[in-house]
Amino acid sequence: MAIKSRRLREIPLAFAMLGPSLLVLLTFVLYPLGKAVWLGQQTCDVQGKNCKSVGWGQYTNVVKSDQFQHALWVTVKFAMITVPIGLVLGVGLAILADKQLRGMRFFRTIFSSTIATSVAVASLMWLFLLQPSVGVLANLSWLHNIFPVIKEPGLLNDSGTALWSVGISSIWANLGFTFILVTAGLQSVPKEMHESAYVDGAGGWMRFTNVTLPLISPTLLFTTVVLTSRAFQAYGEMDLLTNGGPIPQDSTTSVTYLIYGSSSIIKNNDGLQAAVAVLLFVILLALSALQFRGFGKRVHYGS
Amino acid sequence: MALDTAPKGWRSFARYSMLTIVALFILFPVYTTVIAALKPGNKVLDNPLLPNAFTLDVLKNAWTEGRLGRYLMNTTIVAVIVTSVQLVTSIASAYAFSFLKFPLKRLVFGIFLSTLLVPLEVTLVINRRTIDSLGWLNSFQGLTVPFIATAFGTFLLRQVFMQIPPDLREAAQMDGLGHWGFMKEVAIPLVRPTLGALGLFSFLASWNQYLWPSLITTKDDMNTVQTGLRHLASSDLDKPNLIMAGTIIAAVPILIVLVVFQKQLVRGLTAGAVKG
Repeated sequence: MAIKSRRLREIPLAFAMLGPSLLVLLTFVLYPLGKAVWLGQQTCDVQGKNCKSVGWGQYTNVVKSDQFQHALWVTVKFAMITVPIGLVLGVGLAILADKQLRGMRFFRTIFSSTIATSVAVASLMWLFLLQPSVGVLANLSWLHNIFPVIKEPGLLNDSGTALWSVGISSIWANLGFTFILVTAGLQSVPKEMHESAYVDGAGGWMRFTNVTLPLISPTLLFTTVVLTSRAFQAYGEMDLLTNGGPIPQDSTTSVTYLIYGSSSIIKNNDGLQAAVAVLLFVILLALSALQFRGFGKRVHYGS
Repeated sequence: MALDTAPKGWRSFARYSMLTIVALFILFPVYTTVIAALKPGNKVLDNPLLPNAFTLDVLKNAWTEGRLGRYLMNTTIVAVIVTSVQLVTSIASAYAFSFLKFPLKRLVFGIFLSTLLVPLEVTLVINRRTIDSLGWLNSFQGLTVPFIATAFGTFLLRQVFMQIPPDLREAAQMDGLGHWGFMKEVAIPLVRPTLGALGLFSFLASWNQYLWPSLITTKDDMNTVQTGLRHLASSDLDKPNLIMAGTIIAAVPILIVLVVFQKQLVRGLTAGAVKG
């Protein structure tokens, strides 16, 4: 009885404490999700007004369209470039710096430093390196004599190199993040584990694969999931470095760029933007479910 | 391993050499940016790898004509509002989930939980329309309100609150300590380190936002640092030194914040990796 009355007595307080958060989350997270699902089967005028339903077939049409499939493929390629390379480099750096030596703090600071760059800062630094007329590489004659693509048409303007160039900028920008996470993971590996493996005669590589790797696998899983979802949501790099181009191949039009990009083919069509956004949501959900199932069994969570 | 059998001095020499080479690679884009920002316009393309001229005028220009000063102020206002309000709403909702009894608690909790699955990129198509219909385009309300509450912060703090034994709350109540007193005396001191990590995390996330401000900002006066850089890059591509000066001005405040709050950073980043 006392508990029951307490349940009721605390309603106003609970309402006051949860109300603001609930209002924001409902208005700006759940409502837009539901509304996007609905808008995805509508078509609107160029101002985004006067929307009319055209049927759920709009989703199937989007999925079947060349533009969506192309953007999805670009996104998958982008993730396949940035995630494995970023992870291997991050782990390599962390291992290189995982030793108590003089001056190691200095190197750790440098390796972490790219975490201070936002996507805009990192992309513009790389734009200045790669841009074909005012860029650094294009103004080193010995370099563009060997690799003419740097100047004509430019690494960001060649359909063969554009996605890789954007990818490298993105890998660089994420390197500090990966390094910090993996370093924290390595530091949680007990020293005795290494020592006993050493006494047992395990070499460096053996100790790495048999002791270190299993023990940092939760960190690696987490890092992989975060890097993959970042790759699938990448936007600023494409917006600043390539504008989704080069045209006509749209070599760097990722799914997110297709939705929001200023030179996207659907930039004035709210219905199609919503449909692609909903599809992106489904893809990301499926992807994280897959990653946790696939890696989950092989991950060692310690004892 | 060959390195294991090599003499000790030689081994650390090899490691230092590798560390140095890698560090130079990582710093290369920073180096080219800094020397470009310190060169007058006519010298930028001469020899992009050498600091063959020096001036501070470009940095000054970026601050005034490039309006980086204005953009920095806007971003600071947005990030401070988002971070501080987010901490308050997170504490309040985490407290309610941990210590209050009320009907439909599980349902409300489920609503919070479900929002974690929805990526930002999915909701912004509609949020732009919502902000537009509220008349909040080009405003601080538009830049901040959608982000002043997060389920992430709520769960992070709730995890810590749940470590407080229920008996302690009962005992405090017997002693006449109400919820407000309990929150101030017991709950908040306990989560203080987590609040630091959460605060830093929110501040960085808010400071670095790119897509959302670019969707709801059309007036230059309301540009944040990130969208302001975009504006600068598109209007002054012929002045790469000015753009690079802008990126330096944009990066330095965050660099300082990170150096000051190093401890919180690792905690904040690993909060998701280490559960419980």
